[in-house]
Amino acid sequence: MTDTVFRPYSESDALRSDRSAGDRVRHRQKVRDAIRENISDIVAEESIIGQSRDKIVKVPIRGIREYRFVYGEDEPGVGAGDGETKPGQVISTSDEGEGQAGTAGDRPGIDYYETEITLEELVDIMFEDLALPDMERKKLREIPEESARKRKGFRKVGIRVHLDKKRTAISRIRRKVATQKAISDEDEAPRFPFHRDDLKYRRLVRDIRMQSNAVVLCIMDTSGSMDTMKKYLARSFFFLLYQFVRTRYNNVDVVFIAHHTEAREVSEEEFFTKGESGGTMISSGYHKALEIIEERYHPSLWNIYAFHCSDGDNWSHDNAATLKSARALCEISNLFGYGEIKPLNSGYYGESLLKFFEKIKATNFQALLIEGKNDIWPSFKTFLSHEQVAETATY
Amino acid sequence: MPSSWTIKDLEHWDAKIREKVEEFGLSCFPQEFAVCDHEQMLGYMAYQGMPAHYPHWSYGKSYEKLKTLYNYGVTGLPYEMVINANPALAYLMGANSLCLQILTIAHVYGHNDFFRNNFMFRDTRPELALSQFKLRADRVRRYVEDPSIGLQQVEEVLDAAHALSLQCRRDTAIRKLSQEEQQTQALAAAEPPHDPFASIHKPQQYEAPDLHKVPLEPEADILLFIAEHNRYLAEWQKDLLHMVHEDAQYFIPQIETKIMNEGWASYWHHKIVNSLDLPENLHLEFLVHHNQVISPHRGSLNPYHVGFNIWHDIQRHYDEPTDEEIAQYGAPEKSGMDKLFEVRETDRDISFLRRFLTERLMREMDLFEYQRKGSRYVVSHVSDEEHWQTVKETLLHNTGMATVPMIRIIDADHEHNRVLLLEHEHDGRGLHPEYVEKTLGYIYRLWGRKVLLQTVVGDKPVTLSYDHAGFGRRED
Repeated sequence: MTDTVFRPYSESDALRSDRSAGDRVRHRQKVRDAIRENISDIVAEESIIGQSRDKIVKVPIRGIREYRFVYGEDEPGVGAGDGETKPGQVISTSDEGEGQAGTAGDRPGIDYYETEITLEELVDIMFEDLALPDMERKKLREIPEESARKRKGFRKVGIRVHLDKKRTAISRIRRKVATQKAISDEDEAPRFPFHRDDLKYRRLVRDIRMQSNAVVLCIMDTSGSMDTMKKYLARSFFFLLYQFVRTRYNNVDVVFIAHHTEAREVSEEEFFTKGESGGTMISSGYHKALEIIEERYHPSLWNIYAFHCSDGDNWSHDNAATLKSARALCEISNLFGYGEIKPLNSGYYGESLLKFFEKIKATNFQALLIEGKNDIWPSFKTFLSHEQVAETATY
Repeated sequence: MPSSWTIKDLEHWDAKIREKVEEFGLSCFPQEFAVCDHEQMLGYMAYQGMPAHYPHWSYGKSYEKLKTLYNYGVTGLPYEMVINANPALAYLMGANSLCLQILTIAHVYGHNDFFRNNFMFRDTRPELALSQFKLRADRVRRYVEDPSIGLQQVEEVLDAAHALSLQCRRDTAIRKLSQEEQQTQALAAAEPPHDPFASIHKPQQYEAPDLHKVPLEPEADILLFIAEHNRYLAEWQKDLLHMVHEDAQYFIPQIETKIMNEGWASYWHHKIVNSLDLPENLHLEFLVHHNQVISPHRGSLNPYHVGFNIWHDIQRHYDEPTDEEIAQYGAPEKSGMDKLFEVRETDRDISFLRRFLTERLMREMDLFEYQRKGSRYVVSHVSDEEHWQTVKETLLHNTGMATVPMIRIIDADHEHNRVLLLEHEHDGRGLHPEYVEKTLGYIYRLWGRKVLLQTVVGDKPVTLSYDHAGFGRRED
């Protein structure tokens, strides 16, 4: 038998040996793809609605499984006990039972795992899924704003803090090499100091960027007939709209308008939690929205997105006024939508305004029916597809 | 890395351990040890221990999983990893104490001896193992970089091939018959049996066997069969299938001898370290670690624990048989040590458990059978007089390759339409429905034509199918 070889630990090897990096990246990609495929389920999860952007959310995904032929989960297994095991004893519950499942590869185990990503990343994935073309913003609704200065080239004069040391050193070396021939005969290399001509300063110019502003108007019916479930659906929709608008504008404001027979501007918390009673006059909400736009969000400076959620119960004598103000809203907003929330099994099927809103022919208007959690993502997609139509129409 | 020992210490103890290894009659490959840190160890574990391995996202997944479990302290890292190669390669965790390193080195020699002598490992070609893995890795990388192939296509083939890598012949000690031999055998089998009274009997009907059927005999090596018989596959695709098959062939002996192998190594580290005359503090530490290694894992099976106990029991049976055992089996013909060496050569886990796991041992280790009831795992049988055989049968079903359903190709030209007909050899256990569907999809991807699988769901025979329209199921 030849001698045993011992190879000592070498730190440099260890640093170089992140061999799985490429395969990990590929795995992450596949996880991302899986999230994209399940996006409508995830959007329907309550946990992500109404969270701040840097918050890390846990997204349940049906893991990237490696399928093979295996036996079903109900087949028995064998374990060792402490000497006092009795038939009928419970050894574990399957939620934590992954470790119980014997040697590798023999059981499917629980591959349903959660991955953690930031809400930001999730929102990116969501809108990637929409595959929206990059649309140019409307010129009228942008205001120029002088933001930070931008670098643009170099120059020979400037203030000291703008001195680019690396380039200065390089040009000194360049000059030295160029003059070398002449001085190479002398034995002693003379000092070769920097010269004024060597100095290089960064040149900064003022940068004018277009600042784009958008306002999201969330209008909701808070009359007695709007229950928690309906409000939750509405909230999910508003959340998506807000996140979407945020990805496209620098500066986004949100306005919450609650209405029953009268409309009020309220805080977010009030908007989603407080219920009120009484009847419904939708026109009041639209009037309030128009009023707020008039006061604070002039359409020449702001891109306006308005969405209204209601269960469709409106006082019939209000309908004419509603139609008129809805048309007015269409004219000034980028996108205006009406979502009628009628959860399935809600028992009571009242009137519907969907038919009524068909009278509005504007391309940037869309009326949707939302019956449950699973409708939210598809309807949101349809809603946005109207923006594309509307925008192409303006050009 | 700060540690209380130096390479010199390891060499010192290694020399002593090797003296013992030779004295006890183990026969090992030359051994190499590499000291590594935990990141490297995780890396080796994710790639099945191999220093070079082809890339695939599943190894990235396995790394992330191992790392998460390690970071959250759910599982520790193994003290060592040994590769079946010649010279054998083992990794030592640099952060371990000297005592653990001594235990580990002795343990490694146990594995080394097992790799070299057990019959399952005869065809693994250990002298080439590491370079083979490296060559395969280079080939896969070349395909990935080839602009006419690329990562996506390579992944599609590898994903499908990985799903089928363990669908292969089990009885590797029996030579696979060539096409001609199978034909001769089929002809011989069709011959009517010899009849001494042929003169007074009606002549027997001779039915000529169909020698053109493909495959002639049911075929278990699914990847090889597809590589050979799907002529629409490109050379590189066939190469990938062969590669995954060879990879699996290398690891199957280890799957098949997990309990024996770990038990054997534990038996020897225990015996060797005890004979080393360690200073008392080291020896006490050794006992603590040793007891940890071979302690039962409640609710599951620790192969170190089961293996260690069985090996000791075999030795006891031959060296100090009880009166009952003499009455039942007669006086032993050989010494315990001779028997141990014999068994380490001729058995694999399934035969090892079947032959040497006695009712008494099962009761001592309190082995029980559990079953899922709703969301809970409940003990269904314990090793009492009435049920120990049931528990043992279940254990055998959950050992080595018996955990992989046996699925064979019956016909490659079913319905004269190149439909691939598969049969599941049903042993009472049903296939996992979701996994069957996806795996059939992978076979369809590789075969390119409709795939049928005959199996049993509940009590009813069922034919599952997969074609361009997707998954289907038909009750027969």
